[in-house]
Amino acid sequence: MTDLTTKLAGVTFPNPVFTASGCAAAGRELDQFFDVTRIGGVVTKSIMLDARSGRATPRMAETPSGMLNSIGLQGPGIDQFLEKDLAWLADRGARAVVSIAGGSVDDYAKLAQRLRGHPAVSMVEVNISCPNVEDRGQVFACDPRASSGVVQAVRQNTAAGTPVFAKLSPDVTDITTIAKACVDAGADGLSVINTLLGMVIDTTTMRPALAGITGGLSGPAIRPVAVRCVWQVHAALPDVPILGMGGIRTGLDALEFLLAGASAVSVGTTVFGDPTAPVRVLAELEHALAERGIARLADVIGLAHRPPVPSVPESPDPVGDEPVVDLRRSFDDTFEETS
Amino acid sequence: MPLQVQGEILSVKRVGAYQAMTVVAPGIPELTRPGHFLAVQVGGPESSMLLRRAFAIYDVKDRGVYGGTVEFVFAVHGKGTAWLSQRRPQDKLDVVGPLGKPFRLPKNPVNVTLVGGGYGSAPLLPLATALRERGCRVDIVLGAGTADRLFGFMEAKRMADSLAVTTDDGSIGLHGRVSDVLPAVLDKSRADVVYACGPMAMLRAVTDQAAERGIPCQVAVEESMACGIGVCMTCVLPVVGDDGLTRMVRSCVEGPVFLGDRVRWDDVGTVPLDTVGAITAPGAHR
Repeated sequence: MTDLTTKLAGVTFPNPVFTASGCAAAGRELDQFFDVTRIGGVVTKSIMLDARSGRATPRMAETPSGMLNSIGLQGPGIDQFLEKDLAWLADRGARAVVSIAGGSVDDYAKLAQRLRGHPAVSMVEVNISCPNVEDRGQVFACDPRASSGVVQAVRQNTAAGTPVFAKLSPDVTDITTIAKACVDAGADGLSVINTLLGMVIDTTTMRPALAGITGGLSGPAIRPVAVRCVWQVHAALPDVPILGMGGIRTGLDALEFLLAGASAVSVGTTVFGDPTAPVRVLAELEHALAERGIARLADVIGLAHRPPVPSVPESPDPVGDEPVVDLRRSFDDTFEETS
Repeated sequence: MPLQVQGEILSVKRVGAYQAMTVVAPGIPELTRPGHFLAVQVGGPESSMLLRRAFAIYDVKDRGVYGGTVEFVFAVHGKGTAWLSQRRPQDKLDVVGPLGKPFRLPKNPVNVTLVGGGYGSAPLLPLATALRERGCRVDIVLGAGTADRLFGFMEAKRMADSLAVTTDDGSIGLHGRVSDVLPAVLDKSRADVVYACGPMAMLRAVTDQAAERGIPCQVAVEESMACGIGVCMTCVLPVVGDDGLTRMVRSCVEGPVFLGDRVRWDDVGTVPLDTVGAITAPGAHR
């Protein structure tokens, strides 16, 4: 049995597969398809202080191996969220990662205060990177100082034992600059990545396909971008836990993120086409780890960053039928065995 | 409670301009009521099309030789439905259903008029059966662009107390729209309730004509959806709630059946300024 537990800034989760913000509502709909307490946690759709209608329709356009969305953070506001959604998650015994979004530092501070000490809140994810806001200048995650201000406010207003993760945008020149600014401001971890800003033009109407004109691109189409971002952030900040997401469809996709440096992953857009995807990905990941002879999930986190092992002319003859590969084996060990 | 089922296609039939597909999907038929829909995966497990396609459920059989089956009707619109139209018996198909809120049935044996546009008649035919079983008088109005886009003509004719047909080109029935014949049908049949499914413009016209006579009207809308299960928030439209307030509601879980007079037809595709949570600042939401 593979030990699938993972630690995110001091909090232990039974396994590393989570839902993704905006792709699972608050878990209740998906609980019809699988037991939401079986996964690492439910990351809820970003909640704001007040109720919000979101944008006009069309809000969605399917793209090759992905989709654009332009929802505009539709939601009931924090009061109803606490009363209905979070209460349900608590009742259900699910681990909740509550995503929050606001238009100002003060909004975020107030949201953090409202969540403070709530027993169902395992973590807070700070959405500073939603592209579907009125003003692109409002995307905090595009600016290190703005990111820092928001993260600091949330950290200060969150209970000490509750990790605060900042969700980063890939639409920046250097994601590690923003990552460092968030960590310096008190972020306990980072969620990598939010959607990429994209656009589709309908060639029949000859107008933008989305009412909001631009939207966030998600799905397997963005996976290589997400893996690259996780890799860069982990290389820059190896001790900071990462919740990785972006186009995860299978257990092997999840493994890719773990190898790049994520300690856990979110399954997002795939859920739209496959509502049982989170538990399927979890089972596939467990199988993939077992197949590779890995006993502890923690052993693969960031493993792709190890120096390459030189190719050897003849493989060593290990004891037993199955070749045993010690992934942590150093260069010297390898050299001696083969010489 | 919906199920996700790895189904097997039993048959794909051409019906005029449409295709009717029957899938062995154990568990789903027993749960299905008229107005429910299915969300179907397209393109196979490695597909670059991630999103399900939603179709109203036409017919279900609890027990067949191969197990429970579910049938739906579709038109080839894009790549997803083109792929679907190329499936053959015994191919696998991942289906989720039954989804949405079905039509609510009258408690008493009243006079009912059903109005279907194009293949929007598909969910109305099992509804007609259920209404007949309750002793209702059932009058049906079917409309389509052309004769080959009229779905369920023979079945409707067999089942209905009266059937009126219109086509935009006059290739069958009256040359015109369902709204040209509906008032006379409603008056003659002394309709107590109206049910409709079809294009938005038709649903709106039907709602208005029913409202003029004070007849309650249930409509099944077709909005584009990404998930069909209530998590993506793409299939919303402005609907007035019991409290009189307008909200952007999900047609997949709060619909697809709505009371016609609750839908703000003028504002579909927009967020009316008096919607709960609408941002009214200049330059904000459209």
